[in-house]
Amino acid sequence: MLHFDRWKIVLIYVLCIAGLVYTAPNFIPKSQLNDVPDWLPNQQINLGLDLRGGSYLLLGLETDALVRERLQDLVNEVRSELRDESIPYTGLGIHNGQVVVNITNAADAERAREAIDGLSSVVAGNQFSALPERDLLIDVEGQTVSIGLSEAAKRARVQSAVQQSIEIVRRRIDELGTTEPVIQQQGVDRILVQVPGLDDPRQLKALLGKTAKMNFRLVSNAMSGQQALATRTVPAGTELLYTADEPKAPVLVERRIMVGGDRLTDAQPGFDQQNGQPVVNFKFDSTGARQFGEVTRDNVGRPFAIVLDNEVISAPVIREPIMGGQGQISGNFTVQEANNLAILLRSGALPVAITVLEERTVGPGLGADSIRAGEVAAIIGSIAVVAFMIASYGFFGVLANIALILNIAMIFAVLSVLQATLTLPGIAGIVLTIGMAVDANVLIYERIREEVAAGKGPIPAIEAGYNRALSSILDANITTLISAAILFQMGSGPVRGFAVTLAIGIVTSVFTAFTVNRYMVSVWLRRRRPKTITL
Amino acid sequence: MRHLKLIPDDTKIPFSRWRFVAVGFSLVVMIAAVVLLFTRGLNFGIDFEGGILVEISTEGPADIGQIRSDLGGLGLGEVQIQQFGQPDDVLIRVQSPKGEDADKASQAVVSQIKSVLGDSVEYRRVEVVGPQVSGELVQDGVLAIVVSVALMLIYIWFRFEWQFSLGSVVALVHDVMATLALFSLLGMEFNLQSIAALLTIVGYSMNDTVIVFDRVRENLRKYKKMDLAELVDLSVNQTLSRTVMTSGTTLLALLALFIFGGEVIRGFTFAMIFGIFIGTYSSIFIAGPVLLAVGVTRDTTTGGLGGVAKEKASGKA
Repeated sequence: MLHFDRWKIVLIYVLCIAGLVYTAPNFIPKSQLNDVPDWLPNQQINLGLDLRGGSYLLLGLETDALVRERLQDLVNEVRSELRDESIPYTGLGIHNGQVVVNITNAADAERAREAIDGLSSVVAGNQFSALPERDLLIDVEGQTVSIGLSEAAKRARVQSAVQQSIEIVRRRIDELGTTEPVIQQQGVDRILVQVPGLDDPRQLKALLGKTAKMNFRLVSNAMSGQQALATRTVPAGTELLYTADEPKAPVLVERRIMVGGDRLTDAQPGFDQQNGQPVVNFKFDSTGARQFGEVTRDNVGRPFAIVLDNEVISAPVIREPIMGGQGQISGNFTVQEANNLAILLRSGALPVAITVLEERTVGPGLGADSIRAGEVAAIIGSIAVVAFMIASYGFFGVLANIALILNIAMIFAVLSVLQATLTLPGIAGIVLTIGMAVDANVLIYERIREEVAAGKGPIPAIEAGYNRALSSILDANITTLISAAILFQMGSGPVRGFAVTLAIGIVTSVFTAFTVNRYMVSVWLRRRRPKTITL
Repeated sequence: MRHLKLIPDDTKIPFSRWRFVAVGFSLVVMIAAVVLLFTRGLNFGIDFEGGILVEISTEGPADIGQIRSDLGGLGLGEVQIQQFGQPDDVLIRVQSPKGEDADKASQAVVSQIKSVLGDSVEYRRVEVVGPQVSGELVQDGVLAIVVSVALMLIYIWFRFEWQFSLGSVVALVHDVMATLALFSLLGMEFNLQSIAALLTIVGYSMNDTVIVFDRVRENLRKYKKMDLAELVDLSVNQTLSRTVMTSGTTLLALLALFIFGGEVIRGFTFAMIFGIFIGTYSSIFIAGPVLLAVGVTRDTTTGGLGGVAKEKASGKA
């Protein structure tokens, strides 16, 4: 136990020095960090939002809507397919999450199945099987054909919606000019957004709360919105929408879309040249410009509606054909609203609505206070433990304390290198580790005391102390590691930070308190060759 | 130089003689815990119940009455307003709005609060947890504790024998229940940090129990004829000095955190300090007696890993 191979000694030195060197950047002020040459470690610990201040948002995608939308499309596809095959049917619709249709002649059922099967396509399999799966599950029972979406199809749809949404959320957040936002998928249908330094996420939430599905449509000339509301009739091919402005007024618009929002190439906030009101200037791509030109040419004198998320932002009258593919939206905006609308139009529409499920925002004041409190607690805790160890074990206590300080350095080094996030509970984890890390030394020293009391000489007693204590040390630390691992798996945010520092602290403490400490004791024994030891 | 010794050498405290008293006491605590949890319940924080939490810092000491009457006009349902550490620090808690669009409504509540309190106060912290997420957090929290206790059971079973495993897990459940009872009794907010505290207590208590059991196993090999109660007592006494030392250093660190670590983690450290005491108590007074009650198979002369290895070897043959 007290003999060390040369390579082990080298390894101990290398690890300890690496621990100190990689911790060092954390003591350099941020402003001078750029002066550190690239070949030297220059990564600082990544502080969590609870310490540096910022906003954490958990967004949920409304995935039910995705499936509903797909089923609605499917109804239309089935209708045209059955028509093409001249198969008579009744009662085509959505029922219990499936598209259901009654084939009039039972003899046609099989033919209908084949026709509908033609609509089916192949989607990638799940993580358990690489086998591709079909997206439609078609079931024939007598005259009834029911078509459902396979799990794989739903999954693929949600996944692609999440990917698209992340991209669009990123574009919108980038517009806010924040630094280092983190935007990532969480679970199946969630998006995690962390924006450091943002202490009022009001605008962010306003931007994320809009799907921003935009289109230009003609206002129906069959009757006015008020009439439609009064008579409770909506002519075919039109729908009743409301204005975004209060008081909400009904507007009857055509279902047919003149130009879709996906045709926009740019949108910028600006001011109306006549009345100085905030407006949004937009540009179409060439296809959009052509479509818009044709419709405006054919409908001079009629009003058209600019529809955003099924609300009419404004409904100007077409005074002349607009051929250049450029236009202006004016709708009683404030400067802020015009700015937000421009951002939304530039970033594109979300495939599905998202909701903020969880929000945690920490202001810079609290973050700074937490760091200070954590530092003070860590320093005072360390001093108390160090003094206690020296009082209890004298010289051996000093050795344990050196191991303890190395341990703290290594925890910081590992956190810096892994770029793990340090949170306030994480600091608590480190302070707790300071208290528990000496446990290994306590176990060893108490054991040595016992062996000395049993009449063994210094070397055999020390030898036995390390030997016998090892199994206890391992068992004790592995059980704590199990807790930490589970906490990491199940926890989120700050609590996860606690698990990280706890786990790192356990691993490094076994190294410093057992191996490094043992090496120091062995060097001391060889140099001094003591006749007796006092513990 | 004489060193500090909290525990004299060669203590011979007959712990197992008091085991019926201790177990009786713990049983009373457990029954009280169950009664408390069912009657008073836990004061769930917004992590588990959903809701809105706003921490503000005012210029000069906060006028809680004024804030209460300002917010009272919003009709937000039950609003809790309390001082948080400093006199100018106030914590406001509002329940989640009920109904279909609770997530969106919660967001609206934050805007309402901010518009009433204005920009003259510093918003130190705003947390909004919707009903969907809080439900999942409850599930995850309960699962975390159950899985962790189960894994410990398996680990100890593998390293020792099932009797040890049973003893340590009874001790763990005891500690978790006692800590929950404390939360309920004092009406302390139970949140995600509390789950972290519970899991750490589970880890710490296990740690303590393992040290004692390790010694029991060693002594079982050494003293083949010794009466089991005597042997458990001997083991506890032999490790007592270590137990007290480690509890001591850990408590020192935790006290520093409790006093200087700030208001945000005070509940967390308080629970942990309690946990150190209860964990130390249970490894001496609960884990040991359970071991005595179920007995130990002493003919496995090597025990532990050796025993497992032997079984494997005979299985092969």
